Amino acid sequence: MYPEDLRYNKEHEWVRRENGRARIGITHYAQEELGDVVFVDLPEPGSTFQAGEAFAAVESVKAVSDIFAPVSGRVVEVNEALADRPELINEDPYGEGWIAVFEMDDPSELDGLLDAEGYRKMVEG
Amino acid sequence: MTDSAAGRTPKRTPLYDEHVAAGARMIEFAGFAMPVEYSGIIAEHKTVRSAAGLFDLSHMGEFSVSGPGAAAFMEWAVTNKVANMKEGQARYAVICKPDGGIVDDVVVYRRADDFLIVANAANIEKDVAWLDYLRRSWPGEGGPPVNPEDVVIRDLSDETALIAIQGPRSEAVLARLTGADLSAVRPFRFVEDRVAGHRALISRTGYTGEDGFELYIAPEAAVPLWRALLEAGGPDGLVPVGLGARDTLRLEMRFPLYGNDIDETTTPLEAGLDFVVKFDKEGFVGKEALERQRDQGVPRRLVGFKLEGRGIPRQGYPLFAGGREVGRVTSGSMSPSLGEPVGMGYVEAACAEPGTLLEMEMRGRRIPARVVEGRFVER
Repeated sequence: MYPEDLRYNKEHEWVRRENGRARIGITHYAQEELGDVVFVDLPEPGSTFQAGEAFAAVESVKAVSDIFAPVSGRVVEVNEALADRPELINEDPYGEGWIAVFEMDDPSELDGLLDAEGYRKMVEG
Repeated sequence: MTDSAAGRTPKRTPLYDEHVAAGARMIEFAGFAMPVEYSGIIAEHKTVRSAAGLFDLSHMGEFSVSGPGAAAFMEWAVTNKVANMKEGQARYAVICKPDGGIVDDVVVYRRADDFLIVANAANIEKDVAWLDYLRRSWPGEGGPPVNPEDVVIRDLSDETALIAIQGPRSEAVLARLTGADLSAVRPFRFVEDRVAGHRALISRTGYTGEDGFELYIAPEAAVPLWRALLEAGGPDGLVPVGLGARDTLRLEMRFPLYGNDIDETTTPLEAGLDFVVKFDKEGFVGKEALERQRDQGVPRRLVGFKLEGRGIPRQGYPLFAGGREVGRVTSGSMSPSLGEPVGMGYVEAACAEPGTLLEMEMRGRRIPARVVEGRFVER
C-alpha cells in the first residue's frame, strides 16, 4: 500500500526517483477514493510545471481530480496507455498506472516530500 | 453538503447499517447518508443492465393527498392529467410555479383513498410547503378550485422506506417472494400485496430504463426485505447498487435529474418534458406561462450530446456553436454501456437540432460535441 522506495505528497501523489527524473502517479489510497477512473487528461510532453501546480486531471465516473506536480520540472514522458486504459490507475497505481515522468529542476525538492511511513501516518491517522 | 454546512448530521435510512456492513462508500446526498457505490459504479451499472440491482431509495419523499377535493387539487397542482387515473395507476408529472419553472418532478400514484406523490429527497420540505400554500390559496389568487378544508396533505416520508429492484431479472427474483401476479403489473401500474411477508406497494416503475419494481414499505420492513431480496436474487446476480450507478443509468436514458437538468429556472417545455404538460386541461399552475412559451417558441432546449474528442462532460462546462457560447452542460459522464462520454445541457433552440456540431470547453480547451437524438442507450 505504501511502497518504501517512493516519496509522497499530501495530495496523495507518489514520486519514484529515476536518476534526475521523477516518475509520478497517484497512490493506492487516492485511486480507491476516486473509484473507477474513466479518463486521464495528460500534459503535453515538453511542458513545464512548478511544484504544486496542476499538471494533469484524473476523472472518475463521479468526479474530476486535479493532479498536482509533487516536484518542479519538465514533462519528458506521459503514460500513453492511459488514453485507452485509464483503469490501469485503479489496477496498478504504483506500476502500469503511472502518469508522467518529469525532468526535475531541483532534485532536492524530493527531501521536502513524505516518506512511506510519513504518508502512511497521514492516511491512517 | 448544505445540510452539513448548516451543522446538521445527515439522516440515515433504515438500511444505513446494511450499507456500511456491505462496505459501501457513503456520501451525503440531499441531507441523507447514502451509498454511492459498493463494488464500483461501472460494475454495478452493467449488472443492472444485464441482470438486476437493488437500490435503497428511502431518502425519497412521499406525500399523501386525500379528501373530497384531492382529485381537483392534484389536477391543479401538477401539469399532467392525474384526476382520470384509476386505482393502481402511476403517472410521471411535474409541479410548476406560475412562471412555468419546475418545483419538482414526481410520480403520482392513484390509491383507493388518496394520491401518493413520490418526490425528490432534496425537495421534500419545499414541496410540502408549496403544496400547502396552493391548498390554502383560493381561486382568483392562483389557488385551485377547491375548498382548502377539502384537501388533506400528509408527509409520509419518514414513515416510508423504498427499495427498488431494477434490471431484466427483476420480475423473476421478486416473484419468488410474493404471491402477487407480477406479470399482470404492467409498466406504471402497481398493486398492494406482501413481499417476503411484509406489506408493500409494488410498482412497476424505475429510473434506470430497465424493467423493474419499486417497493414502498414500512421502515421496519426495510432490513428484512433487503436481505430477503439479496438472498433470493443471488443466483441471478442481484447486487446492491449505489447512487453513482443510479446516476449513470438514468443519464444513458436521458432522464432529467432535478437539481442538474431541471429546476425552478427551467420549464418542462425547455426540458423536453412536453408529454407531461396537458394544455387541454381546464387549468393548472403554470399553464398561462407555458402556453406563452409554447406559442412564442422556447428560447433553449435540453439536448443530449456525445463528445467527439477526449474528455468528460461535467455540470457547468460551457457549450459553444460557431465560436459563440450557446449554453451549459447540466449532466455528464462516461457512459458505462457505450464506453463513450455523453452529456446533457441547455443550448439555444437554434442549436438543438440533432446533428448540430457544438464545442464543449473543458479546462480551457474546446472539444467537439455532437447533438444526438433520443436516448444514448436503446432499451
